[in-house]
Amino acid sequence: MTHEKDGASGYALSTLDAMIAWGRKYSLYPFTFATACCGIEVMGAFGTHYDLSRFGAEVVRFSPRQADVLLVAGTINYKMAPVLKRIYDQMLEPKWVISMGACACSGGFYNNYTVLQGIDKIIPVDVYIPGCPPNPEGIIDAVVRIQKIIETGAPRAAERWPIK
Amino acid sequence: MSIVLDRLRERFPADVASTHSDFGDDTALVRRERIVEILTFLRDDPELLFDFAMDLTGVDYLGEDPRFEVVYHLYSLTKKRRVRIKVRLHEEDPVIDTAVSVWPGIDWYEREAWDMYGIVFRGHPNLKRILLYEAFEGHPLRKDYPKAKRQPTIGPEE
Amino acid sequence: MAEPVDITAMGGTPDLQAEPMRINIGPSHPATHATLRFQATLDGETILDLEPEFGYLHRGFEKESEAATWTQVVSYTDRLNYVSPLMNNVGYAMAVEKLCGIEITERCKYVRVIISELSRIIDHMVCIGTNMVDLGALTNFWYFWKPREEVYFLIEELCGQRLTTAYTRIGGAMADLPEGWTERLLAVCRGVIPECIADVNALLTKNRIFIERTMGAGPITAKDAIALGFTGPCLRAAGVPLDLRKDEPYLVYDRFDFDIPIGEAGDTCDRYMVRMEEMRQSLRIIEQAVAQLPGGPINIDDPRFILPAKAQVYENIEALMNHFKFIMEGVKVPAGEVYSATEAANGELGFYIVSRGGGGPYKIKVRPPCFPLFQGIPHLVKGQMIADLIATLGSVNIVAGELDR
Repeated sequence: MTHEKDGASGYALSTLDAMIAWGRKYSLYPFTFATACCGIEVMGAFGTHYDLSRFGAEVVRFSPRQADVLLVAGTINYKMAPVLKRIYDQMLEPKWVISMGACACSGGFYNNYTVLQGIDKIIPVDVYIPGCPPNPEGIIDAVVRIQKIIETGAPRAAERWPIK
Repeated sequence: MSIVLDRLRERFPADVASTHSDFGDDTALVRRERIVEILTFLRDDPELLFDFAMDLTGVDYLGEDPRFEVVYHLYSLTKKRRVRIKVRLHEEDPVIDTAVSVWPGIDWYEREAWDMYGIVFRGHPNLKRILLYEAFEGHPLRKDYPKAKRQPTIGPEE
Repeated sequence: MAEPVDITAMGGTPDLQAEPMRINIGPSHPATHATLRFQATLDGETILDLEPEFGYLHRGFEKESEAATWTQVVSYTDRLNYVSPLMNNVGYAMAVEKLCGIEITERCKYVRVIISELSRIIDHMVCIGTNMVDLGALTNFWYFWKPREEVYFLIEELCGQRLTTAYTRIGGAMADLPEGWTERLLAVCRGVIPECIADVNALLTKNRIFIERTMGAGPITAKDAIALGFTGPCLRAAGVPLDLRKDEPYLVYDRFDFDIPIGEAGDTCDRYMVRMEEMRQSLRIIEQAVAQLPGGPINIDDPRFILPAKAQVYENIEALMNHFKFIMEGVKVPAGEVYSATEAANGELGFYIVSRGGGGPYKIKVRPPCFPLFQGIPHLVKGQMIADLIATLGSVNIVAGELDR
């Protein structure tokens, strides 16, 4: 599977790959790593009003071995960071990461001795959702963007992650 | 004058350094030597009956000597009163007796004061860090600890 | 990871080669609301010893508040108990107002009561909903989320945000109630919320499986609860009639007629029943508060604490300077220390504030209601099974934002 320089899919995305991508994007299994307030909005997104299951991401799996998408919702501090890294490492390829909320994207308004200033310091992130907390509609938007990434075959953030 | 402060002063005249009732809160500054006796008296005296230890915290008055202060907030269920007991500790010797024998529920508050301020509670069954991890260096709520000081990140093999 | 222990010394007969096992119920676990950790010593499924650990959401509220102005701290208080943020805002504002010695307007007091009770209802809904999810009864969670969304619409109209509200200010509130808000509030309080409570009640309260699972799970006696420092629904479920709204009435709670539900055994079933009844009582309070709601301004008329009117700021140089000083340096609060407690949804939420004068606090300590509750979890479940631990943990309503600050 080749990619063009700007990340768009090349002609080599065959029909089989397209079918796999179609199946994959409409059956994402999210692992909600919800630590703080954003977790409540995640629950709202899965609720009946903002129904995320319309987009296929209905089956929430609480085991990283069974999940596709890691949805990090909430502040990650230095004590929790190794746990997050381990959960990310335990997930199987291909995997995507959504960083939800200001705290996960960049530490939020907590700039102190205990808060990790963004989860992209330790894991690669595909989609960032700004907000404190973002609306459940923001989560839906992020899931749709992940579906776009899958559909177009664009390189995932994990493939561009610097390996030290 | 407040009945709580009066009885406290009457019973421990040498240990009560000062009292006030600013903003409606009865407060007593006491010496640390007989703190367990004072707290037991407050819990058991039939006029006072402070059966709830609501809060324990430390305060860092950097620049003053004694530098640290341990603050107890107590509540009486039957008498519906509150009192605040404060003890000052010097920077070189921030040690005070534990109050776990008086109220078992004060255990974790003391651990937190140790974690955040470095105040040692003598006789505490398990004085370890509670909010932060063991590899953390320093006591962050002290005034001379800079807010945005980053810590070494610990790896996933903990 | 087994640590061999001599089981005969513990009074058991070793017909099987059994050793107590030490396992980790880790911080990323759905039933622990994702930030609590237990190290359990188990004999089969029975818990011999439990060591809780937390701090996985410690965000440095106290250190941040020392670097912020008095009004900026209101935003940090929302994130404490993030399922009922308005109550934290109210508690903090009351503490600072006690320190300043100012008395807010009648209308503001009633509005604060209304939003506190609304927050209490949504907090209990989250607690019961997630507790039931842990037990496998997922439907109640969806049922409870519908009125929560309705309440979120109301809160969003009121202050622009669904969850992190930052509504109260020192001396008043961010803004007055919008047009027609009270009618919409009453429509929700008479419509969706009681219907949903009735639905969940019908599903659970007489349900044989629910009763078997929760009755006897995590009991505590009144004496132990007091010694451990419990407050709130967990204490009331154990039989102790302590509720700050009745015992130390603040705002205008002494003008309303409501009851405090008291349990008996202090187990999970009692905690559930106490919470359900408290929701109904909160609805009563809201009805009475809306009926008695007076008119008038929501902020006090005191230029030391309240921002001047925007029109004045654009026209008048004194108002402009006043506005600038408030925003850049903060409201000037007198020196001193104060402790102020309110009855939050989980128990007594206390703020101990030390001020050295100036625009920001010297120290703020939050006394979180779930701190002693989490400390008491080993006491509640010792000798019971892991499944009881899960049921008890959910019913005690540990909110990590508050526990870890």
